[in-house]
Amino acid sequence: MSKTSFKTFGLGFAAVTLLASAPAFAAEGGGHHIDRQTWAFGGLTGQYDKAQLQRGFQIYKDVCSACHGMKRVYFRNLVQPGGPEFPEASVKELAAQWPNQITDGPNDAGEMFDRPAKLSDPMLGPYKNDKAARAAQGGALPPDLSNIAKARNVHNSAFWPKHVWLMAKDIATGYQEGGADYLYALLTGYQEPPAGVKLADGMNYNVAFPGHQIAMAPPLSKEGFQTYADGSGSLEKNAADVAAYLTWASDPSLNSRKSTGWVVLLYLLVTTVLLWLGKKRIWANAH
Amino acid sequence: MAHESHYKPTSRFGKWMDERLPVARLVHGSFVDFPTPRNLNYLWTFGGILSFCLAAQILTGLVLAMHYQPSGAEAFNSVEHIRRDVNYGYMIRNFHAVGASMFFIAVYIHIFRGLYYGSYKAPREVLWILGVLIFLVMMATAFMGYALPWGQMSFWGVTVITNLFSSINELIPGLGTAIVQWLWGGYSVSGTTLNRFFSLHYLLPFVIAGLVILHIWALHVAGQNNPAGLDIRTKADAVPMFPHAIAKDAVGLFAFLLVFAWFAFVMPDYLGHADNYIEADPLVTPPHIVPEWYFLPFYAILRAIPSKLGGVIAMFSAIAILVFVPWLDTSRVRSSKYRPIYKWFFWLFAFTCLALGYLGAMPAEGVYVFWARVFTFYYFAHFLLVMPIVGLIETPHRLPRSIAESVLGPSRGGGITPATAAAAPEKR
Ligand code: HEC
Ligand code: HEM
Repeated sequence: MSKTSFKTFGLGFAAVTLLASAPAFAAEGGGHHIDRQTWAFGGLTGQYDKAQLQRGFQIYKDVCSACHGMKRVYFRNLVQPGGPEFPEASVKELAAQWPNQITDGPNDAGEMFDRPAKLSDPMLGPYKNDKAARAAQGGALPPDLSNIAKARNVHNSAFWPKHVWLMAKDIATGYQEGGADYLYALLTGYQEPPAGVKLADGMNYNVAFPGHQIAMAPPLSKEGFQTYADGSGSLEKNAADVAAYLTWASDPSLNSRKSTGWVVLLYLLVTTVLLWLGKKRIWANAH
Repeated sequence: MAHESHYKPTSRFGKWMDERLPVARLVHGSFVDFPTPRNLNYLWTFGGILSFCLAAQILTGLVLAMHYQPSGAEAFNSVEHIRRDVNYGYMIRNFHAVGASMFFIAVYIHIFRGLYYGSYKAPREVLWILGVLIFLVMMATAFMGYALPWGQMSFWGVTVITNLFSSINELIPGLGTAIVQWLWGGYSVSGTTLNRFFSLHYLLPFVIAGLVILHIWALHVAGQNNPAGLDIRTKADAVPMFPHAIAKDAVGLFAFLLVFAWFAFVMPDYLGHADNYIEADPLVTPPHIVPEWYFLPFYAILRAIPSKLGGVIAMFSAIAILVFVPWLDTSRVRSSKYRPIYKWFFWLFAFTCLALGYLGAMPAEGVYVFWARVFTFYYFAHFLLVMPIVGLIETPHRLPRSIAESVLGPSRGGGITPATAAAAPEKR
């Protein structure tokens, strides 16, 4: 009797908790459906694929860095464990040749000066400030990409019973790759505008972008993609690789977080069971 | 405290202390041989879980404050520094951010537990009201805490919520504006606002701690309620807190930690909003400004009312009304288990709160507004109509004669019939 009423209560509350976590899914004005990709870093035990991060960095460097900076990522991060893990010597060289130099100073003459970047410097973009960026990009601002994978998400705008079901599923499966899925969809989402849609000046049609009109010209395309050292390459592969790299940039501790995480969970699970067995013995004579 | 401790100091130092400052006696009486009802289920482990949450928030917050910089220019950068550069900084930050959500999950379960089993009824009114105060201060703490990373949602959340006070202008022209500017410390939300929020965010958890001490004191005077809603009358009704209740609390706590760790290690950002990873920008308004999930039901009530002032009043009343619950409920039976009609209304109310949470996350337009109004109506009707009326007309089920009987079955003696005065209101 007490057991069943507790069960109803428990079920009710499971529902409360699930439903209550709705904000992550606040409908974003009828957004486009975004397909989920399979990511090496997804799920409970996922880890970054080092080779993929290296390829992704190559895309960033060769394509995106022409317009976007990554001011929260330091060259030294490219060497650290849990990231692309490039050899230190090559990153030093990369930093020294990075076209966007570091403004330092004042020197003994009291002047500011530009100098090549070092391991301890951030990866700057081409523009000194947002105004300069807008001036060069026809009024649009290419955002800094350091946090972009965390600053974007996919939205669940399903009708409420389905909404709740999807939410429960996401919690149970630990779905946290919305940022990467969005980036992939954005980079592969350029299309001819449908008949009747009039693009504003300098705008491009993109199915994934909210409102579908984006100022960024397709940085990659079916024909114009980057080839890797082994000669392979495609739009989809480029997009996935750079999305993975950007996910790492915004979440550089994922590897250690997840490798600690499953151990902690296992420990808690075992301890909970042991405590429960102990509790049963203690209560054996009280029921 | 009400219960006499059977504490016997064993060491010489123990005896010496006991005659001077009997802390050990207090602890022993309150947490070791304190009699707890033998029929408590796992919902009663949430008080201990909440105590853990409070301690965890204070500890993780302490470490964060060592690296955080509460200025408009540096707040966002310092949080990025914690995430990216401080040793285990990401973990501490995830514990604190996820911890806030877990605290609210626990407190909502704790409150609904109280509502279901009638834990607010005499003699626990003061205990309940202290709880409502704790809840209120928790909300203030969480709101100010969410401002600290100074992301887009932080900034715009603060802007929207502080601006609510300007609705007081509808009553006394100029007063609302004055209050808002006083809160902001200027003519707009700025680093000054952030700075004072940080100061308060550091203070309020200690206010909560003080309230919790009073809350537990009141609990130990009145004794714990239980699923049967009966008082402890004989020894057979109770078990000592140690080891029985403590052992159960430990299981509950660890099961809770499992959920906590799932979010903190696997999906730390799930409960937050992506826009808060964009630095605050007073010139760019996000397309949808939504508060943290635990405020959504109240946010829905705020937006359901067509007038701004009315919305603000409704939102605060939604919390304040909890204070009056002990007197709004007219039933003489505590536990909903024995209340065949009210039980259904309880679940309708729980559903209402869920629905309001969902609607709070949706844009305030079209059909969402309609349903937000319907559920806002029921939210208040539940307290103002259902609680008083159902208590008067309902015939409760037969109650077990004692807690022991509710566990061991009627073989230990027949139950009493609420018979004659079946639906008589509680006598006060
Ligand atoms: C020619 C300059 C240019 C290049 C090269 C470029 N971008 Fe952009 N990007 C922009 C501009 C301009 C915007 C702002 C678009 C807008 O707000 O409409 C933008 C916006 C974005 C956004 C934000 C979209 C959103 O949801 O708000 C992302 C993500 C992005 N770019 C990723 C990339 C990636 C990845 C690459 C490399 C593969 C890249 N960009 C290359 C100019 C560029
Ligand atoms: C910081 C937040 C809180 C802490 C640390 C806390 C702590 C506790 C503890 C340790 C107990 C005893 C164990 C239990 O019965 O679960 C308890 C009981 C209780 N709490 Fe809280 N509490 C908090 C918030 C609240 C709130 C917000 C409310 C209601 C609005 C509330 C209402 C009650 C009631 C009515 C009881 C007695 C329950 C019973 O014995 O049936 N508490 N609390």
